[in-house]
Amino acid sequence: MSEPRKLLQGATGDWEIVVGLEVHAQVSSQAKLFSGAPATYGAGPNENVSLVDAAFPGMLPVLNAYCVEQAVRTGLGLNAKINLWSRFDRKNYFYPDLPQGYQISQYKDPIVGEGEIEVELDDGEIVRVGIERLHLEQDAGKSIHDLAPKESYVDLNRSGVALMEIVSKPDIRSADEAAAYFSKIRTIVRYLGTCDGNMEEGSMRADVNVSVCRAGNYQKFRDTGDFSHLGTRTETKNVNSIRYVRQVVEYEARRQIEALESGGKIDQETRLFNVATGETRTMRSKEDAHDYRYFPDPDLLPLELDAAWVEKIKASLPELPDQKRRRFVEKLGLSAYDASVLSADRVKADYFETVAEGRDGKLASNWVTTELFGALNKAGLDIEDSPIEAPALGKLIDLISDGVISGRIAKDVFAIMFESGGDPEKIVEDKGLRQVTDTGAIEKIVDDIIAANPEQVAQVKEKPKTFGWFVGQAMKASGGKANPQALNEILKKKLGVD
Amino acid sequence: MSSAVDLSLAELRDALKAKKVSSREATDAYLARIDKAGALNAYVTVTAEKARAMADASDAKLAKGEGGPLEGAPLGIKDLFCTEGVQSTAGSRMLKGFLPPYESTVTSQLWRDGAVMLGKLNMDEFAMGSSNETSYFGNVVNPWRRTDGGNADLTPGGSSGGSSAATAARLCAAATGTDTGGSIRQPASVTGTVGVKPTYGRCSRWGIVAFASSLDQAGPIARDVRDCAIMLKSMAGHDPKDSTSIDRPVPDYEAAVGASVKGLKIGVPREYRLDGMPSEIEELWAKGVDWLRDAGCEILDISLPLTKYALPVYYIVAPAEASSNLARYDGVRYGHRASEFKDIKSLYENTRAEGFGDEVKRRILIGTYVLSAGYYDAYYLRAQKVRKRIFDEFVDAFTKVDLILTPSTPSAAFGLGEKSDDPVQMYLNDVFTVTGNLAGLPGGSVPAGLDGQGLPLGLQLLARPFDEETLFKGMAAIEKAAGPQGRPTDWWTS
Repeated sequence: MSEPRKLLQGATGDWEIVVGLEVHAQVSSQAKLFSGAPATYGAGPNENVSLVDAAFPGMLPVLNAYCVEQAVRTGLGLNAKINLWSRFDRKNYFYPDLPQGYQISQYKDPIVGEGEIEVELDDGEIVRVGIERLHLEQDAGKSIHDLAPKESYVDLNRSGVALMEIVSKPDIRSADEAAAYFSKIRTIVRYLGTCDGNMEEGSMRADVNVSVCRAGNYQKFRDTGDFSHLGTRTETKNVNSIRYVRQVVEYEARRQIEALESGGKIDQETRLFNVATGETRTMRSKEDAHDYRYFPDPDLLPLELDAAWVEKIKASLPELPDQKRRRFVEKLGLSAYDASVLSADRVKADYFETVAEGRDGKLASNWVTTELFGALNKAGLDIEDSPIEAPALGKLIDLISDGVISGRIAKDVFAIMFESGGDPEKIVEDKGLRQVTDTGAIEKIVDDIIAANPEQVAQVKEKPKTFGWFVGQAMKASGGKANPQALNEILKKKLGVD
Repeated sequence: MSSAVDLSLAELRDALKAKKVSSREATDAYLARIDKAGALNAYVTVTAEKARAMADASDAKLAKGEGGPLEGAPLGIKDLFCTEGVQSTAGSRMLKGFLPPYESTVTSQLWRDGAVMLGKLNMDEFAMGSSNETSYFGNVVNPWRRTDGGNADLTPGGSSGGSSAATAARLCAAATGTDTGGSIRQPASVTGTVGVKPTYGRCSRWGIVAFASSLDQAGPIARDVRDCAIMLKSMAGHDPKDSTSIDRPVPDYEAAVGASVKGLKIGVPREYRLDGMPSEIEELWAKGVDWLRDAGCEILDISLPLTKYALPVYYIVAPAEASSNLARYDGVRYGHRASEFKDIKSLYENTRAEGFGDEVKRRILIGTYVLSAGYYDAYYLRAQKVRKRIFDEFVDAFTKVDLILTPSTPSAAFGLGEKSDDPVQMYLNDVFTVTGNLAGLPGGSVPAGLDGQGLPLGLQLLARPFDEETLFKGMAAIEKAAGPQGRPTDWWTS
């Protein structure tokens, strides 16, 4: 049976969404996939272009071994099969930003085969999404049509830059899942250091395949593997944010359901997403589709990997988000939600782990997720720009644990640190915020309050709830610095309550 | 002493070293001959100034007793090799005026070893042709003529027709060529010169305009076997810029020339006996067998039954790769660009319609067709499977023999225009040579005699991959047994 939450209501009944994503992730590498030219972002037009990238006569591609290593690392991070034998093919088509007249890609024999990842949704549910394959390919250059009224310009800086295309299975069943999957892929590659995930710079983008089918048909597809149970899909190209992925799925599903319910049909076509309107529109239909004439690139030998080399990479992989999330829950006692939030981003996770190192995990998590993330959010800052370094936040927590300051004072110190930086210990000293643990001093305060408020003292024995009033008065009198535990004990003793 | 141009490359090298002649003298002598050889149309570009400067530099080195193995030797370079700052056309209008900002690996190794560049040699457009008639710069004329007195202009072969004609007519001491289906061996055969296609991967393809990447291989055309050995030594070697080039040491090929062939096993494949092949070719082949037997070789009849599929396989694989390799000529970044266009599509269409000749267009169309969806499996994939089996068949044959002896071409030089209307007839010229490309084997053509019309005929030897030394041994044995074949007259001198 179809799960109810995956159903979309139409005018004529329920529908199911089926989504597959092709994520293009730029390999983090100094040089391009087949030429020694720099692959760095932000150079002037056509500055990062070698004779190979510009496809001069007689130029030949030479595979960048580091990009291969990065692809293998990513494949391992996706729990996928590494193909020890793979091959590069030419995908032939004409376009001015494709100087060779073909893109070198991997068609039949990709470097990485099937895998699977776990994707957490906002409600905490975890869904599993299959990976069909990952292959290496060259990026194209960029055509610029709006610089001059009658001319187009071409920037070949991206021409030849290494991309990993990560293809999911049609396992994604909603806009939320699509967004969460895309986000999870980004998390994984950033953890691995194989792609910086920077979508504004074009380091990551997705082609979003969407189809709809009548409720129950997806299960038939799963049972039989027969794609005819699914609807005709459209492919929306170059979607470059998590939010847009969600919008594309939502829009396409609605559009397709409406079209089908009003007696129309869905064309298998390539579509473009309009960021301004949130709509998709036809880019080219199946009839206009290229015949890419794939064939193995005769300039390159098949890529053969050594199993021992792959094992070495596997052994050097960092802890991945799923492992980290589990460890945070199991070893550090974090809530599932906090563990998810903290493990979703390697920088955040690393920050948290520095704070939590040798300290109470739960307390550290509270300070990082509540106080720090709250403050960062309010200030519009990323964790990378945090005014408070992780070791300083750790120190602040130590001051609480050691009884030097109370949790309440700590929040004031935190605010100062966030505002103007600085060492928490020094702030506490300079501002005289050290907690009063000297029982003599506290006794003096308590004695004064008892002496000044005989009526309340008389009351407190019958109404134990008024005890809090004494705590408040005493704390106020101490300027908030009285050690709460010591204060409590002294008050209880002097007032004769339990 | 005779003129410097009459010396073989080896003789010239020795004379230069002994200071009996200067590189400048030799270079000037060649340039003077080139100047008068317009009728042959062998050169697309003559780099006289550069040649003299290089010769002077070589003489300075030679004077100090220095210099590389080719120091001061004037060479012609097939126009498929990109040469820095020197027009490199590939015989095509598409690359007319193209000045590469880089030097091909093979030519840079020649200059490293001291050679002097006389200029760039004419060729079939993008190396597609067997008669030199597809060149945008006009056909080359073979310096050899029939003895029938008809004075018909004959083909110098192709695609390295400029290289073969220039070598035969003493317009260079030796030349570079490239061989994708026979483009070194066939022109060498019909011009009485020696041509060697080394093992695929032996010479770097970097900087050579690509025709069919899995088949293209550079090699020398020279006056004798020793000269080819000297040339190949400089041309060969591993190049990290070409992923298909092989990293293994380059032997001293010259040392193999003249070495004994005693005990070598020579295979004679019965499938290379074609219906309708001129009896003269058949007789020459038999003579070759006798010569090698007399020299102490053991002759074995062998069978290569897949030979008949070689040409069809070649004419699927080569155009397929070419259709993709030539996609880069789009008029956007370099080379010819149509003056009339209204959008990007018409820019492509008009540029390519104007820039490519008919034979190139034909092969792009064939190649595009065989790679198309729905045809790929039936043509390209099947051809690759047969190609693998042809390779296996040779591997098997080479467990029994050391060399394989065949004719180089099914006929002597034919008249220009005789076959240009019939592509299939033209393609048949490569029938004995394409197998070597499909299997990646080293092969060479050596002059073995003249036909009834006084035209040169060649015999081909094929060897195991990277066994060029045995190839040179065998070729030198045939050369020695055949004796001098004479040379064409300078009828073309203007």
